Amino acid sequence: MSVAPVNLPVDDKDGEGRAPRAGRGSKARRVKQRLTSRGATAAALIIAVVWTIPTFGLLVSSFRPAGDIRSSGWWTVFTNPQFTFDNYAEVLFASGASSANLGSYFVNSLIIAIPSALFPIVLGSMAAYALAWIGFRGASWIFIAIFTLQIVPLQMALIPLLQIFSQVLGISGTFPAVWIAHTIFGLPLVTFLLHNFISEIPGDVIEAARMDGANHTQIFFRIIMPLSVPALASIGIFQFLWVWNDLLVALVFSGGTVDVAPLTQRLAEMVGNFGRNTHLLPAGAFVSLIVPLIVFFGLQRYFVRGLLAGSTKG
Amino acid sequence: MRGNFWGDLVEKLGVFAMGIAAFVAVVGLVIFLADRAPKRGRDIIQLLAFLAPALILLIVGLVYPAIRTGYLAFTDRRGEWIGIDNFVWMFTQPDTLIVLGNTVLWVLLVPTVSTLVGLAYAVFIDRSYGEKVLKSLVFMPMAISFVGAGIIWRFIYEYRAEGFEQIGLLNQVVVWFGGEPQQWLINSPLNNVFLIIVMIWIQTGFAMVLLSAAIKAVPVEHLEAARLDGANAWQQFTNVTVPWIRGTLVVVVTTITIATLKVFDIVRAMTGGNFNTSVVANEMYTQAFNRGEFGRGSALAVILFIMVLPIVIYNVRVMRKQKEVR
Repeated sequence: MSVAPVNLPVDDKDGEGRAPRAGRGSKARRVKQRLTSRGATAAALIIAVVWTIPTFGLLVSSFRPAGDIRSSGWWTVFTNPQFTFDNYAEVLFASGASSANLGSYFVNSLIIAIPSALFPIVLGSMAAYALAWIGFRGASWIFIAIFTLQIVPLQMALIPLLQIFSQVLGISGTFPAVWIAHTIFGLPLVTFLLHNFISEIPGDVIEAARMDGANHTQIFFRIIMPLSVPALASIGIFQFLWVWNDLLVALVFSGGTVDVAPLTQRLAEMVGNFGRNTHLLPAGAFVSLIVPLIVFFGLQRYFVRGLLAGSTKG
Repeated sequence: MRGNFWGDLVEKLGVFAMGIAAFVAVVGLVIFLADRAPKRGRDIIQLLAFLAPALILLIVGLVYPAIRTGYLAFTDRRGEWIGIDNFVWMFTQPDTLIVLGNTVLWVLLVPTVSTLVGLAYAVFIDRSYGEKVLKSLVFMPMAISFVGAGIIWRFIYEYRAEGFEQIGLLNQVVVWFGGEPQQWLINSPLNNVFLIIVMIWIQTGFAMVLLSAAIKAVPVEHLEAARLDGANAWQQFTNVTVPWIRGTLVVVVTTITIATLKVFDIVRAMTGGNFNTSVVANEMYTQAFNRGEFGRGSALAVILFIMVLPIVIYNVRVMRKQKEVR
């Protein structure tokens, strides 16, 4: 097993939370229960609480009046409950040279993330099909090369790629520059994962279509794509979130202005001036967290699959 | 520029629509032409049409830049060849030595602690009441951005001088126990540990979910047999469960190690690399993009690559073995 042959956890995941296989359930319960003592349960609860409190505290803070955030801890709400939406209104909509302006950055994040998820999925699925089903010499070498590229730190490519964008193409600091950068950095992983999926499609289906005279584009659109929808969704969601949460690529290629830069870039800038933005940061953070959290709790199944599969990205 | 939200929005949506349209047009044209290719040589043309777009992007955007970074590592800020000076600089300057030392500290602590806590948690909650919810709580940090996590923890670590009301939870707890509030993110070298805790907080959920799935796959018969032989819970765990999930443990540790080596956002958002907290990935960005030292930045990227290299080689070998088995 290796870093990426993630098939194992991805497949196992589906069994998560389900009862143990029929017939052995009671036995499993009996044996495994001996492992969970009271001390273990207590330790688990402590871990769960410690892991949750930081986020919960920030969520509470985001609804507190600005003066309260600056002068007392969020835990004082239990004795002095005061809540307001003012912070959200201010970070999202207030205008002025020094305002957070997160409404605009939110739009930027969406405009960056949607194409940056779509493009690599389309190009990656085409390449994955070619590598899996159009037999040619060197296919496995290209596949191993693509697999290797997903582990190479993207730092290795940043400087020359920026030079290409600014000196050759002249698009540095625009949306297309960020789309192309994310597409390139996402491609190795997306192609690798889709290849794993597409190569598992039964060969007779494709063989039968070939017999009927279908060419590769027809097979791709009529057979491969419809069968790959679940994989495309999982990997697409994962790539979308990866882009949404990214800071490094955005910093290097977006130019850092309100015209193009995403939420993460603006928030990192605001933390840099923590003293002045103390009362805005909790609400600001949650503006950026809301999308991942909706995906996490709403599409957990897809999210987990994509995340586990994509654990080596970068 | 600022203030005109709706005007900007329309303009951005225009760029968005044009970007999508251009992409669809190009890909559509390539596929259309491939579909209409003459019967002779059609397979080759279609192979190229499917494979070339991705390959060209990867070669131009990843392979060539990576090779060029390898070259730039031996040049100065004006692009002139200076031999190994950048590497000499890296291993002789006290500041950069701290950066390298910090990175080693991160790589030692994050994978081990996250994996151990994740494993313990996975075992503790296995088949317990409310397992799914308990899992979600610890796994949730994995969904959010490192920047968001940085803000969350900035508030935990926030410091107010003694005698003032604390707004950071950690200092409040210290005060409740009669201690003196500390500047957690400023006092070196301990501040590194407080940054590392943020990464552990994020990665533990990942370790836990993978290990939990692996633990559930341990055959009950083996545990039962060990129990009949008189093994207690701990012995069952170390002699049966751990060997069984060894493969997953390797996946978890290597994956977290790679993520840790490349950590950038947490340091950037929380300290900006000040107070002796910089790591290689952050220093690479600072040198290259804040100071214009492309040579030094490239050299740091190369060091990062060299640190990941053993994992790359290991994985390629495993991969090739799997291909042969098939």
